[in-house]
Amino acid sequence: MIGVESDWSSEPPPRYFTLEDYEGGEARWCPGCGDLAVLTAVKRICRDEQLPPEKVVCVSGIGCSSRFPHYMKTYGFHGLHGRALPVACGVRSRRPDLHVWVATGDGDCCSIGAAHWIHAVRYNMNLTVMLFNNEIYGLTKKQTSPTTPQGFATNTHPLGAVLPPLKPVSATLGFTNVSFVAQTVDWNIAHLYATLKKAHEHKGLSFVHILQRCPTFTPGVFDDLQSDPERILLLEHENGIPIDPAVARLYPKKLVHDPLDSNMARILADRVEELPLGLLYCDPDRPGYEEFTGRGIGMGVGEKLEFLNRELDRFTI
Amino acid sequence: MTEASSTPAASGRRPSQRTPSGPVRTAEQIVEIVSDSGEGAQKAGQSFAAICAQMGNGIWTVEIIPAEIKPPARSRAGASGIRVRFGSDRVTNMGDSADLVVAFNEQVLYGRISQDVYDEGLVILLENKWATDRREVVRREYAEALEDFDRRGYNVIGVPMEEECLKLTPTPRLGKNMFVLGMLSAIYTRDIDLALNEISRVFARKGPKVVELNQRLIRAGYDYAKENIDLSFEVLSAPREGKQVVMNGNQAAGLGVMASGMEMVAMYPITPATSISHYLAGVFPGVGGCVHQAEDEISAIGFAIGASYAGKTACTVTSGPGLALKTEFIGLAVMAEIPLVIILVQRGGPSTGLPTKVEQGELMPAIFGSPGDDPKIVFAPATIEECFHFVITARKLAETFRTPVVLLTDANLATGMQPFPRPEVKEEWLAPPIDQSPWDPEVPPYDWDEESGISPRPIPGQRGGEYVLTGLAHTRGGKVAYDPESNQTGCEMRSRKLAALRRTLKPPEVSGDPEGDLLIVGWGSTLGAIDEAVVRARSEGLRVASIHLRFLSPLEPGLDDIFARFTKVLVVEINYSDPHNAPYIDENTRRFSQLAKLIRIRTRYDVDCWSNVHGQPLSPGLVYGEIVRQIGALKGAER
Ligand SMILES: Cc1ncc(C[n+]2csc(CCOP(=O)(O)OP(=O)(O)O)c2C)c(N)n1
Ligand SMILES: [Mg+2]
Repeated sequence: MIGVESDWSSEPPPRYFTLEDYEGGEARWCPGCGDLAVLTAVKRICRDEQLPPEKVVCVSGIGCSSRFPHYMKTYGFHGLHGRALPVACGVRSRRPDLHVWVATGDGDCCSIGAAHWIHAVRYNMNLTVMLFNNEIYGLTKKQTSPTTPQGFATNTHPLGAVLPPLKPVSATLGFTNVSFVAQTVDWNIAHLYATLKKAHEHKGLSFVHILQRCPTFTPGVFDDLQSDPERILLLEHENGIPIDPAVARLYPKKLVHDPLDSNMARILADRVEELPLGLLYCDPDRPGYEEFTGRGIGMGVGEKLEFLNRELDRFTI
Repeated sequence: MTEASSTPAASGRRPSQRTPSGPVRTAEQIVEIVSDSGEGAQKAGQSFAAICAQMGNGIWTVEIIPAEIKPPARSRAGASGIRVRFGSDRVTNMGDSADLVVAFNEQVLYGRISQDVYDEGLVILLENKWATDRREVVRREYAEALEDFDRRGYNVIGVPMEEECLKLTPTPRLGKNMFVLGMLSAIYTRDIDLALNEISRVFARKGPKVVELNQRLIRAGYDYAKENIDLSFEVLSAPREGKQVVMNGNQAAGLGVMASGMEMVAMYPITPATSISHYLAGVFPGVGGCVHQAEDEISAIGFAIGASYAGKTACTVTSGPGLALKTEFIGLAVMAEIPLVIILVQRGGPSTGLPTKVEQGELMPAIFGSPGDDPKIVFAPATIEECFHFVITARKLAETFRTPVVLLTDANLATGMQPFPRPEVKEEWLAPPIDQSPWDPEVPPYDWDEESGISPRPIPGQRGGEYVLTGLAHTRGGKVAYDPESNQTGCEMRSRKLAALRRTLKPPEVSGDPEGDLLIVGWGSTLGAIDEAVVRARSEGLRVASIHLRFLSPLEPGLDDIFARFTKVLVVEINYSDPHNAPYIDENTRRFSQLAKLIRIRTRYDVDCWSNVHGQPLSPGLVYGEIVRQIGALKGAER
């Protein structure tokens, strides 16, 4: 950022990015859709961190939320339903210089792409994964998702979703080599921003579960969480999500939770009476797969040719 | 005949002459080693083939692989082993029936007999310990088999392999294969030092003790054969021009990946493609590359696409069932114009099919597999050498045309070993570094050239090139568009790429008469068998020729002109078609083989087809038989 140092010197960067520099196409989500808040938060983070737009890649699957990359003026990859994570991992595999954001829906991540969810968490490559959980299939118009509340009527289960919903945070905490799991809500912009910022700073795969309102198909599913601050349990810790004073004022129930405490994280994630908000788990020292996939990046031509010739010699008769 | 007696290989099918007291000179030999799984027959055969190649022979190998890892011992379906065909000239295919087979038990031979690969006169070197096995049933099976082999006209020579090996090692089951290598070296007058060297190379990593023991076993086999087996052949070699390499098709493809400058192979294990990644996993770091074993085939191709999108064209290797899973992503790569190389090593289908056996059943799925119109480049190497060079071409085509490229090989090429001229590695084969120069923001992400459909590609990191790649219909500017015109235009532009590539291709070469009664059309691994059959038929005065296609999408040009010069065109391949005189099938219901279908779409010709799905590499004898039958029918019809 531009600023004046204590000795009155100032060195303006050659390029300074404003929010406009990240402004993609006009967002076409329904009025009141929670996706907009996430988009705004990500743009702000890009601006605040001064990420060159050409070094940012937003990767998504298919779904309303997966339209995300189109609304950013960065590089984007709007691919296949459920398959954002393999693509994002592939991008990072040989390009550690790129900042990769992944937008995925609850159907995209927890249903059709569930295998990739497990394995991408385990690969622990440097990605910021945002799970937009509106508890429904939005784009295809109100079919049951794995996270739809039991009893909630959808077009595929008009008498109500049959089974208890899958819990993305509990599940992710159970995946081997998980390194960062946080939970936030689209309607608290300050907490959303702080959480995504922390996630972006984390080295490794950061998984952010975002409760996201869908006024069209699941209106009201988060009403009690929104109207009753007692239903929220705000997680605090020096290594956790920094808490804005306004957020602290809003939520009276607080808990000091060490993000390294995985047992407590699991207990918290399974709580039904209240929703823990913040960083449930973070271990910055988990091994990352990029150390393996990125070996040899930038090897010189001479070295390659020499090796190829040696290898051909092995087959020469 | 009795077990102890030994007969010279009286196959009589090939001209051979016995020098006064020396070995019988012969132009070529087909040798098999067949065993239970895990007895090392393949290793012995591969080493034997390598020795033959080192002595200047042409070679071709075919691996005999059971579907199970450890099938029950002495079971017919468990036959595991290798065929080595070697000769004075270049050898291009597995040939017809074997001359000599070394068998570790008599039951596995039945596995091969059922494949119809043996004829009268076959010489069998058979482990004879079963004659005195403590189990009555085994002794009986063995005795019955000997009688049966005698009836079939095979010459059996009993060899106490295990007994001999026991003199050197307490675990003869693990050493027998080396003993066999020694025997074969003696029978075929191979240079024993080459065998000893080869083995010290193969076992180098296992330490000097292992090498020494194996070398002693080789010597024991060698000495045993010299003293006890009255068979001696010499397959002279033609002088070799320049340096040669010898490897199988999957190694060649793996080397091709490295020589192409690709640095990422993402895969999920599937026979017979996996061994490309086995080979690469060991050596890829030498060129800075990485093999990523993904959680499934979908993820593998997604990962490769991610790497390609970010500027490093990547490769995924698979076989039929994996292709089915990758199909949606291939469609995305076509639609969003992402370069990608897919090496598809075909096996028997449909479904899990014949996992370890060969078929050319993926032609149609490779070309037409995705929903909607999905023009992509598909081409097929026909030799081991082409497995190497085509991968290098594939990366270039993928980047030039900004599209996925499918390379179709098969189980026969995957494990077949053949010598070819040592490639001279060229710097221009390697991919250039990722372009990170600024992009002119005035140039849209799909700035299609009207004539070729080709457009330059912005790569993440290029300032000014920011765009959102999407599988949705989009405009030249990369913007999602649902209007009729945009989708029509996008499809046209992608289609023009194939037309542009086709304009650069040459018509296939006709091998044989430039005109005549019958033209055989083939593709892929069947080249050698077809060529050999055509040569044989022509030497008998039949007016037959062949062409062999490499490019299948786009299809090579000039076919109509070539077809016009022949009375009949017959596609020969190994995938399913209803046989000509199949019961309950008539001309209206007959289903054609895959290349035949393709040619019937793309040319004016009513081509016929002959194919089978036996899971076997095509043999020249089968093709020859069909040529004779077809020309006979043509002549009959003329009369
Ligand atoms: C292979 C495949 N199957 C199904 C679809 C149809 N489809 C598109 S989005 C979607 C579900 C989207 O739900 P979710 O991931 O929760 O995202 P949301 O729209 O709610 O943001 C489905 C089933 C598809 N595009 N591709
Ligand atoms: Mg959803």
